Amino acid sequence: MNADNKRYWLDDPRNVTTVYRGLWAFGIALLLLDFVVHRHAEADFDGVFGFYGVYGFVACVALVLAAKLLRRGVMRPEDYYDDR
Amino acid sequence: MTIAELPAGLTLIAAGLAAPLVPRAWRGALLLAAPLAAFAQLLALPAAAHVAVEAFGVTLQLVRADKLSLAFGYIFVIAAFLNALYGWHVRDGAEQPAAMVYAGAAVAAVFAGDLLTLFVFWELTAVASAVVVWAQGSKRAYGAGLRYLVIQLASGMLLAAGAVLRYAETGSLAFDLVGLGTPGGALLLLAFGIKCAFPLLHNWLQDAYPEASATGTVVLSAFTTKLGIYALARGFAGTEMLIWIGTLMTAFPIFYAVIENDLRRVLAYSVNNQLGFMVVGIGLGTDLGVNGAVAHAFADILFKALLFMSMGAVLLRTGTVKGTDLGGLYKSMPWTAGFCIVGAASISAFPLFSGFVTKSMIMFSAAQQGYAWEWLVLLFASAGVFHHAGIKIPFFAFFAHDAGIRCREAPGHMLAAMALAALLCIGIGTFPAALYALLPRAVDYTPYTASHVLSQLQLLVFSALAFSVLMRTGIYPPEKRSVNLDFDWTYRRVGARLAAGTAAALAMFNAAAGAGLRAGARRVGGWLQAVHGADGVLARTWSTGGMALWVALMLAGYLLVMYL
Repeated sequence: MNADNKRYWLDDPRNVTTVYRGLWAFGIALLLLDFVVHRHAEADFDGVFGFYGVYGFVACVALVLAAKLLRRGVMRPEDYYDDR
Repeated sequence: MTIAELPAGLTLIAAGLAAPLVPRAWRGALLLAAPLAAFAQLLALPAAAHVAVEAFGVTLQLVRADKLSLAFGYIFVIAAFLNALYGWHVRDGAEQPAAMVYAGAAVAAVFAGDLLTLFVFWELTAVASAVVVWAQGSKRAYGAGLRYLVIQLASGMLLAAGAVLRYAETGSLAFDLVGLGTPGGALLLLAFGIKCAFPLLHNWLQDAYPEASATGTVVLSAFTTKLGIYALARGFAGTEMLIWIGTLMTAFPIFYAVIENDLRRVLAYSVNNQLGFMVVGIGLGTDLGVNGAVAHAFADILFKALLFMSMGAVLLRTGTVKGTDLGGLYKSMPWTAGFCIVGAASISAFPLFSGFVTKSMIMFSAAQQGYAWEWLVLLFASAGVFHHAGIKIPFFAFFAHDAGIRCREAPGHMLAAMALAALLCIGIGTFPAALYALLPRAVDYTPYTASHVLSQLQLLVFSALAFSVLMRTGIYPPEKRSVNLDFDWTYRRVGARLAAGTAAALAMFNAAAGAGLRAGARRVGGWLQAVHGADGVLARTWSTGGMALWVALMLAGYLLVMYL
């Protein structure tokens, strides 16, 4: 078998989309579980419905957007410190 | 003093020093056996053992065993074993022996009962670990190792100065709770802060660790920073300032981690981020907080070693760990990919993995103590660590677009080391009671409640969804070949420029002053030649009469002075 020619399941973009949709379904199911499981709030405000999901999503988007901005300021060529 | 009471660290140090002397074929076995022997020593160590010797007129406590030092002792010895197994193929060079000396010094340091003993082993970790960096052999590693060593030795000097001040303040060198109340305490905090990579004191970590070899970086990730955490937990538990320092540490490195291309440097930033959680726990000073810090240090050594091991295997097989060059490696290295994902799940605190049962102690304690804003930042950092370490590392190395690299799977001993680390990560995550039993204070905490599992899963799954959405919409910043300026810019660029400028100015001054001096010297030489030279005034032969006249004049002068 030539490993180079082998097609893997994830090589098909349709399967990647399936995984992506599955993740959404899983996330939404977890949110709905809030109605079943009584979450004990650690702080004052995290008992609100969907707090952790929304916070996680917003935090990560904000993180990436801020990091993109940061790149404008700090990115230099790879050999920046190498030149004498 | 029985054999069992000998410091276990010395066993590792002795093995490391002996390794270059034994035949090459035996070297690996010796380095593998040493941690096992040291572990047996720790198990045999009597509870609350104290071994002291008299030296320099003070009592040095070589071994002070309590639960805090034992917890760090166990995990350091386990890490030493994992490193020896992972580096089994490295038989030549100074790296593996130095790594064992480094591990031994770290073990000895956590059992040190006084500041002087701590200082000695503190410095030994600095020197031995610098050798590990240099062993990589490249010019970059040499430079990074040099910068690393200077900063580590600075930490040692602060520790020494702090110890001296403590001795003056308290009349004792004992290393117990120090606190920030005195100048000695402040110096010690600064010394420990460098090792813990406090903000602005942190860049040695991201600078040096990724420059070591595939095996060397794994070694480095375990000891220095966790030794700092140990010292902080011993000396500064409950120092409120640490809560804010730690909170800052969890947050700022993750922005850099997102844009960094070198995947081992990404992990170095996440080391910094995880240390922040531990520093917060120590700052809280509650039973839960300090226990959480120790437990998280224990878990972190394992999952960070696992992540660095998987990246080391990639580096060994493909020659690079740049996100731009990798992708699709799961096809060639499925086992390594699997172990990497276990490490990623552990650092991200997925239920059933180690981070879930350790990091949550710190967060829960912060919330209980009413640090709501800090808690929110920690939660942000938790989502962020999943984002950059949990997803980015495995994704860009093993998945993403297929870079077309086809290589062999990692060698057997590397896979064995990764498997062992992965097993321990899952073991801690599923049977937390075993780890909790080792913690320094009484544990009253249940990690597995439906509420905690659900909220954590929600946080993580929606973080993953954010990543997926950003990837699929193309908003996610692509990996780029680059260097990102961090605080090390101040000394690698500004400092270097200042030094170069100073050197140039000094050279100019030298040239000018040299010319002046030379002219002056010529003048003095000419005068000396004129006076003392072959034809000089003082070298001439004088007549006896002339000499007698001079002597008479001198005596007359003498007489005059006597009467005056």
